[in-house]
Amino acid sequence: MLNDVDRIFTNLYGRHDPFLAGARKRGDWDGTKDILARGQEAIIEEIKAAGLRGRGGAGFPAGVKWSFMPKQEGPRPHYLVVNADEGEPGTCKDRDILRHDPHKLVEGCLIAGFAMRAHVAYIYIRGEFFREAEALQRAIDEAYDAGLIGPDSCGSGWQMDVYLHRGAGAYICGEETALLQSLEGKKGQPRLKPPFPAGVGLYGCPTTVNNVETIACAPTILRRGGDWFAALGRPNNSGTKIFCISGHVNRPCNVEEEMGIPLRELIERHAGGVRGGWDNLLAIIPGGASVPLLPKSICDDVLMDFDSLKEVRSGLGTAAVMVMDKSTDVVRAIHRLSQFYKHESCGQCTPCREGTGWLMRVMERLVSGEAEVEEIDLLEEVTRQIEGHTICALGDAAAWPIQGLIRHFRPELERRILARKRRISPGAAA
Amino acid sequence: MSEAPFTLDGELKAAAQAAMAKYPPGRQASAVLPVLDLVQRHEGWLSRPAMDAVAELLEMPPIRVYEVATFYTMLRLKPEGKHSVRVCTSLSCWLRGSEEILAACRAALGVESFGTSADGLFTLEQVECSGACVNAPVVEIDDDYYEDLTPETIRGVLEALKRGERPQAGPQGGRQASAPEGGPTTLTGDPAELHAKAMAAAAERARARAAKAAEEAKTAKAAEEAKTAKAAEEAKTAGDAKAAPGEKG
Amino acid sequence: MPKCTIDGIEIEVEPGTTVLQAAERLGIEIPRFCYHERLAIAGNCRMCLVEVSPGPPKPAASCALPVGDGMTIKTDSPMVVKARRAVMEFLLINHPLDCPICDQGGECDLQDQAMAYGRDRSRFGEMKRAVPDKDMGPLVGTHMTRCIQCTRCIRFITDIAGVPELGATGRGEGMEITTYVEKALTSELSGNIIDLCPVGALTNKPYAFKARPWELHHTESIDVLDAVGSNVFLDTRGNEVLRAMPRLNEGINEEWLADKSRFAVDGLSRRRLDRPWVRRDGKLIEASWSEALAAVAEAAKGLKGEQMAALAGDQADCEAMFALKSLFQSLGSPHLDCRQDGAALDPTCRAGYLFNTTIAGIEQADAILLIGTDPRREAPILNARIGKRWRAGGCPIGVIGPQTELTYKVRHLGSGPADLADLAAGKGDFLKVLKDAERPMIVLGMGALARPDGAAILAQARALAEAVGAAGGNWAGFNVLHTAAARVGGLDLGFVPGAGGRDLAGIVKGAGEGAIKLLYLLGADEIDMDALGKAFVVYQGHHGDAGARRADVILPGAAYSEKPATYVNTEGRVQRTRRAAHPPGQGREDWAILRALSEHLLPAPLPFDSLAELRRAMVAEVPHLAREDHIEPAVWGTFGQPGETGGEPFMSPVKTYYTTCPISRASPTMAACVAEILGQGTASQEERTGTDG
Repeated sequence: MLNDVDRIFTNLYGRHDPFLAGARKRGDWDGTKDILARGQEAIIEEIKAAGLRGRGGAGFPAGVKWSFMPKQEGPRPHYLVVNADEGEPGTCKDRDILRHDPHKLVEGCLIAGFAMRAHVAYIYIRGEFFREAEALQRAIDEAYDAGLIGPDSCGSGWQMDVYLHRGAGAYICGEETALLQSLEGKKGQPRLKPPFPAGVGLYGCPTTVNNVETIACAPTILRRGGDWFAALGRPNNSGTKIFCISGHVNRPCNVEEEMGIPLRELIERHAGGVRGGWDNLLAIIPGGASVPLLPKSICDDVLMDFDSLKEVRSGLGTAAVMVMDKSTDVVRAIHRLSQFYKHESCGQCTPCREGTGWLMRVMERLVSGEAEVEEIDLLEEVTRQIEGHTICALGDAAAWPIQGLIRHFRPELERRILARKRRISPGAAA
Repeated sequence: MSEAPFTLDGELKAAAQAAMAKYPPGRQASAVLPVLDLVQRHEGWLSRPAMDAVAELLEMPPIRVYEVATFYTMLRLKPEGKHSVRVCTSLSCWLRGSEEILAACRAALGVESFGTSADGLFTLEQVECSGACVNAPVVEIDDDYYEDLTPETIRGVLEALKRGERPQAGPQGGRQASAPEGGPTTLTGDPAELHAKAMAAAAERARARAAKAAEEAKTAKAAEEAKTAKAAEEAKTAGDAKAAPGEKG
Repeated sequence: MPKCTIDGIEIEVEPGTTVLQAAERLGIEIPRFCYHERLAIAGNCRMCLVEVSPGPPKPAASCALPVGDGMTIKTDSPMVVKARRAVMEFLLINHPLDCPICDQGGECDLQDQAMAYGRDRSRFGEMKRAVPDKDMGPLVGTHMTRCIQCTRCIRFITDIAGVPELGATGRGEGMEITTYVEKALTSELSGNIIDLCPVGALTNKPYAFKARPWELHHTESIDVLDAVGSNVFLDTRGNEVLRAMPRLNEGINEEWLADKSRFAVDGLSRRRLDRPWVRRDGKLIEASWSEALAAVAEAAKGLKGEQMAALAGDQADCEAMFALKSLFQSLGSPHLDCRQDGAALDPTCRAGYLFNTTIAGIEQADAILLIGTDPRREAPILNARIGKRWRAGGCPIGVIGPQTELTYKVRHLGSGPADLADLAAGKGDFLKVLKDAERPMIVLGMGALARPDGAAILAQARALAEAVGAAGGNWAGFNVLHTAAARVGGLDLGFVPGAGGRDLAGIVKGAGEGAIKLLYLLGADEIDMDALGKAFVVYQGHHGDAGARRADVILPGAAYSEKPATYVNTEGRVQRTRRAAHPPGQGREDWAILRALSEHLLPAPLPFDSLAELRRAMVAEVPHLAREDHIEPAVWGTFGQPGETGGEPFMSPVKTYYTTCPISRASPTMAACVAEILGQGTASQEERTGTDG
């Protein structure tokens, strides 16, 4: 198990003062000026050496992403945009950073902003997180008042402004280009890529969008050294990660753990185990709603990191572990997710706009078995027709949970269909 | 629907202008969500004249404001109850009984499906993931989250609101935030000490790194010196060898 | 320049070229719905997916993907076909498939592509979505259940028409294209979204259920409802023009058409003058051609040339004006004018009455001054070009004249001649803006010229143009924006007072005072008919409008859709209409009427027995009229008449865009526009001056 001393978010549960005085005690803003003094390239190299992969779901190496920004400030200003639009079902990790450790994020904004030559950071927080926005705004105000950010951040001579921007209820704004559209005052509809935000982002300017956890990790990594972070976890899957364990466990919780921790250990050590014991486990969605579920047999020994979960055709995603015990109607569970994606589709591109509704309706019938067995294949084909054909990844995210269901629970789907046939016309399906 | 005239002025306009100041000149449309939120908090909902006033202030075509107002779920296009009650029914909450919570809300508010209660106090809605999944089931009420709910506790919250009280938000079962019930499995010590230890360890690593680097440099230097010496030796030998015949000759 | 390989063929393209465009250059058609070469790229329909390597193992939208050096693209691989079939299926699941009752049937992109990529039966067993129709006004009919959310209409209205009134509200499968406020679109270019709509969601409302595309005969012609000369197809079934559609001309209208030009065609079959009339005892009585011509001859008998005058109207064609001029010259009358609005246009210098920059040339300008014009209402197509230039950036636009919403941002510099004088004197900074510009444009409208001090304004504008480098050099930046299709042709033909001749004001005054005893109106309806005193008025034209009401003899002519005729647009571009239908009843082509009349009035008839002979004679006098789609360059010179200017502000001559001529005033669709778009329910009745026929 990860030692407390190697945890980054030491006020995850809000047991201590979240604000400046408490944050300083926990080490925030400790030697920030010296970190900046190392220079942009050194900071980016250290983050690369740490092997920090984006914590928002896609897992793109953060240092590499930062290095895509132009090396010189041109006529167009650079922007750092922090994605605090947390809304992937199962995921509530950023919420704890925002409300309990906000200074880690503000300090991260300064360091990351400096590294990518941005003088302005916008933090886009989901509108529902009103209290979290209050806490973060207080931290920002404190940082300005203490001269930590502002015209001469930490005495470094670097001007850094950090602004909070509240959303208003749209999951799709967690997609980085939809977020930029929303930040520009438009509907949150993803942009076509290319061009990528590092070239043409907010207001057409070079922009990097990072998740809250990614940015909030950065100061600690730079204080303790990239090698410290890289030594945790497994190669290419380094560091620590906040896991959200929800659903049918005895004690749901958030916890920061080492990457690559066995799924079973994670649940049993921190969440009090599966309700009714490990053998009562049916399936787990290991990385938020967008990744395919895993049946118990895989859960028994899978490790929680990007590559291990990819190997079992799922994904780490946001590391939101949703546990379903044997009492769960797994078809209904996936139907819930289909409803979610249909509700959150922005409507811009054809396969997602039309396909998510189709998926949801077929899933709805499958819950009660009101379908033909052949429709399982049709459903699978529809998911393949959406996947890879859309502007953003929401289409893929809508497809994958259903693909996982069919892959691992096809007999259950068939059983329901046949059971219903027997019910309504006994003998016909014999 | 009311088309009562609306003017954006006074404190509301000042607040809107403060919101606009966060964005670069000419990018005032960025403030459309914050300003719509301000107006909605003031008016309770967004009438067309209100949206038109926002469009005018932000120098946007009205249709762009209508697009935004119909896209984001938190923006309301009709008047609603005093309290907005939003029951999360997404997967984590559903796994932990959101259906019972929804039923309890309906019973407590006398709302059949969704919509506004007869007394006009509450508007009941279903929402997709609230983002507090380890504290499921969750109900958002106005600006607060009520978490770890049971049918009994949500009933209590709603009854308190009816009485005009503002019940304590957060987990209703007594645990702290997202820590596991019964107390955290991690982070039990003093975070200041943890930081000190971590930095000491980092310093130790840095020292070790430096020492290792110095050692490596030393070894490298030694190897280099040996190599140079060997090369010199070889050269000498070769020279000797070369010279030898001469000497011989 | 990047090189790529598309379906095995190598091609080198300009940087920034998209894969779709590159494929098009190779003659490889990639299906698309949202992509349109004149609109911003949306990339939302996903029909144009192609396989690209190197790249992720999924197809890419070719409309939005710039060609990269070394790319290999497959437009017909199994991956691509699968993707297109998938997209097609998604587009169709919620589409009503009501092709048999859909006006788009037969010219529907979705229908066509479904033939290539659709399944023969649906696999979609759920309920189909129904979307409430939207009220977009009297021109654009909506059937929103058919909509495939390609957003072409939104992009056109926002980026090209510059009147952002359409949007997509809601999200997901609930996304709807709407004005939200359920009010009529106010753009004068709104009809183009009907053409852009790839399905039958937006349709031509007045044309609804009138015909199937394969029943229509398409005639390539020219529009004459403004002075732009938009190229059109006139679609007829039998002898009725059922609709007008834009025809590509990059120099003029690109592929757009203004609403009046498109929708006023129903006025072509209403209130028509379909037989000759002769006034007897104060009442107009039906007559035969010979009776009518004899009545004119009777009235002219004994009159001297100087007692007769002729005015040409706004839609008079060159051939008719040439014939009329020849007739009156033979009669010895110098009293001719083609400027029925009294505009102080100087016929002696062609550069002084043309839109010299040309419409396409607007895109080269880097500063524009509009004087006494409202181009949005006077020439919507030309206005769209100004808007296009403005949206490209770096082109300030100043206005002296009416303060109207022009679909782009302008600096309003004043309203009348004093403000123009101030600008020319260097007050304010706009003179400097024009001087600093490399290619400044000055656009002078009829609102600045059709007034008593018009000649002085013209002279001032000329001086300003010379002072800022808009004239005389390599750049022709001085422009007159006409409102009448006939005007430039009339001036080119010299249909203006001869030596000692009266101009419009003189003719009207002469008629009122009795000096002019016979007045010939060739489709001239916009003059003050009450001021003509006891003059004998001959009206030759096609609609029962103001002129016909005042006339003593009516000779029924042909509308622009009914004759092959020459027009010269505001740029000086010579174009020809083609006959799409025959004039109704006993109506005749206008030159032929004048030829016939000449037999009654002259010792020897006019010397042309056919249109070809007339054109030979006409071209002998004005050679450039022979050169179709050509603009004869005009030489800069002196024009205008320096003098005192008045204090009245400039006013646009176009008060009501939808009703500016006998055809549009006869159009029920245009009347509906006046009522629903402009909200002038009663005003339109007052303006209606013609006799309902």
